[in-house]
Amino acid sequence: MITTMEEKPHVPAAPRRRKVPGWAVGLLGVAGAIVLLSVTSYQTGFLQLTSSGTTQTAVRLALPILLAGLGGLWSERAGVVNIGLEGMMIMGTWGAAWAGYQWGPWAAVVAAVVFGALGGLLHAIATVSFGVNHIVSGVAINLLGAGVTKYLSTLIFQPLSHNPRQSPPVQPFDTYSAAGLADWLGDLEQGKRLIISDVAGILRGLVTGVSPLTMLTILLVPLSYYLLWRTRFGLRLRSVGENPHAADSLGVKVYFHKYVAVIVSGGLAGLGGAALVLNPGQLSYLEGQTGGRGFIGLAAMIFGNWRPGGLLGGAALFGYADGLQLRSGGETVLALVYGVVLLLGVIVVWQLIRQRWFSAAAAIIVAVLLYLLYISLDEIPGEFVAYAPHMVTLAVLAVASQRLRMPAADGLVYRRG
Amino acid sequence: MGNLRGKLLPPALAIVFSMLLCGVALVISGANPLRAFGVMVTQVGKGSTLVDIINSTGIYYIAALAVAIGFQMNLFNIGVEGQYRVAAVVAAVVGGSIALPPGIHTLVIIIVGALAGAAWAAIPAILKVTRGVNEVISTIMMNGLAIGFSAYLIRRDVFGELRGNNIRTPEIPESGWMPGISFGGSGTMFGFLFVAIALGVGYWIMMNRTRFGFELRASGESSTAASAGGVNAKKMVLVSMLLSGAIAGLIGLPEMLGRDHTFSLNFTAGIGFSGIAIALLGRNHPGGIAFGALLWAFLDKSGLALDNVGVPREIVTIMQGSIVLSVVVAYEVVRRVELAAEQRRVGRELGTVGGAA
Repeated sequence: MITTMEEKPHVPAAPRRRKVPGWAVGLLGVAGAIVLLSVTSYQTGFLQLTSSGTTQTAVRLALPILLAGLGGLWSERAGVVNIGLEGMMIMGTWGAAWAGYQWGPWAAVVAAVVFGALGGLLHAIATVSFGVNHIVSGVAINLLGAGVTKYLSTLIFQPLSHNPRQSPPVQPFDTYSAAGLADWLGDLEQGKRLIISDVAGILRGLVTGVSPLTMLTILLVPLSYYLLWRTRFGLRLRSVGENPHAADSLGVKVYFHKYVAVIVSGGLAGLGGAALVLNPGQLSYLEGQTGGRGFIGLAAMIFGNWRPGGLLGGAALFGYADGLQLRSGGETVLALVYGVVLLLGVIVVWQLIRQRWFSAAAAIIVAVLLYLLYISLDEIPGEFVAYAPHMVTLAVLAVASQRLRMPAADGLVYRRG
Repeated sequence: MGNLRGKLLPPALAIVFSMLLCGVALVISGANPLRAFGVMVTQVGKGSTLVDIINSTGIYYIAALAVAIGFQMNLFNIGVEGQYRVAAVVAAVVGGSIALPPGIHTLVIIIVGALAGAAWAAIPAILKVTRGVNEVISTIMMNGLAIGFSAYLIRRDVFGELRGNNIRTPEIPESGWMPGISFGGSGTMFGFLFVAIALGVGYWIMMNRTRFGFELRASGESSTAASAGGVNAKKMVLVSMLLSGAIAGLIGLPEMLGRDHTFSLNFTAGIGFSGIAIALLGRNHPGGIAFGALLWAFLDKSGLALDNVGVPREIVTIMQGSIVLSVVVAYEVVRRVELAAEQRRVGRELGTVGGAA
């Protein structure tokens, strides 16, 4: 309502440069990625690139990153930078383990959200009410989250598990598989036909061993999009992140929306902690379990240009690289480098068609360097694969930082009056 | 008067508040907070605790100085954590593989550490200056990469060697060590402490007595005013980031040159983040930082005694975290109160306050 009245008088018809809708770009991206992986696995002989096992592991590893990223999205859309995601996630892991070993997985999920949201509330009190610098508060919450969980673990988990750094085992979720579909896809995957087998492998990984938490998380992406972009509440929340003074003058409750956004952000990060604890390979709280995933979630959000769709892509990419490494080791990851060279080849042709000589030349140089890396190495050291998200984020920031668009008032302290 | 009160009151409030908070937490968990605090105080006199506290203070002091240089111009070098890790492993590798006369060897290790720290900080600095990349995000990413990079360098097929159950870099020969001051059974004080003190003095002189320090503070107060006054903003970002990284590169050296003589998996992590907290507590002032570092070191080392009375020593970490958060809140509250008082005073003197008050 508010926008239509606002826009009519003084916004000129903005030139719509993007003719293709966002969802179509997303589908094209997915299709392109599958073709690329398929061709790469065919040419290098690493069929694990698109196997169902890799996909399954990738999904599991992508969940915490995706949830942390969504947390970052909510908070930053309301103009509050949240680098305390890591601390909130740690609180979530503790809450999930504490409730999980006593009352089962659903209690773990609820407790994780509550614990994370408490961290978010603290961040909101410090940054919104007291106007503390967002980065400072985030750093403090990371310290505090780690301290509180260590203290509570020693106090509560040690008598039970005889280890202050680990909780008693947590009961897992039942997982569901679409049995008939998975078998049929399995047959197709064994067929070893270009593209078809690869698509089958990826789909089979997606429909096998799915836990309710996975489904919930996947649903949270469109839900966040709907709430933030298609409701009145979301419009107000985002207006607070773009221009709080203007929003206030239109009667939007700036503090209220910021509080809600940061608390939801903490809850989502906490849920990410639950995804770590309830991971079938782990099933307990472990000190240092989050391993910087809150920060990687933040990276996924930046990679996705502060949009839910892009964020999903970033989390999938980072989870995939991690899953591939865990599942099949550094030599398979090296095959990905070959895939990137192929991708750069396509980009070079595209840039030449558009007569952008400089970009094409830069892409050729990078492609040649990566190809030399590919033929000179036997494998990518595992130490580096784990930090691929960090490198990708730095590269994206370096190349595209001019095109990324964060909320205009992100990180600024707003004071009413 | 008001100025001094504004400076000292917030940290005092924050420490009292955090002590109360932790006291309540201890009471809830069934422990006696007074007894816990008493044990921590008496622990100072026992064994090597006092020397440990002093050593630790020196390390935290260097870390907080590194952070403070960036803070002076509103530059958030979250990457101190990664910079000192990379610097330590590079310094250990270089120090362990060269042979030089005593003194010169130590000096070379120190210079290599500072250069490596500066080099790791140069990446986010260059990204910020040339591409406008926010330094908070890029330094967080560099912290992650630093863990991977250091783990790679100490792999056995790269520079590392297996000693017992621990992977580490080759030991630095004795010519590269830095002698300390021994107190017999009460431990040995790191010789590097004198470097820390020198850094503190140098920092004070740089900030208050040089053109660079003035330009740095001016950029922090108002970047637009500073550039109108002829300060090259990009150059300031680059130089202060590199300087911050170079000092960060020294953080790992007191322990390495004075005790460990190698970089291993037991490397002390997390000092960079403590440095951020201490710089905030000390308001970037060399004296304030020294106090903050001492407090942090006391909590760390005396907290070890809490296990003896059945209190988890992690309560100390909660206390540190709550001190940081409450000190920044307290600074903000005091600032607002003083601002309001100032406005009222001006209003009274101009006679315009009327009924508005």
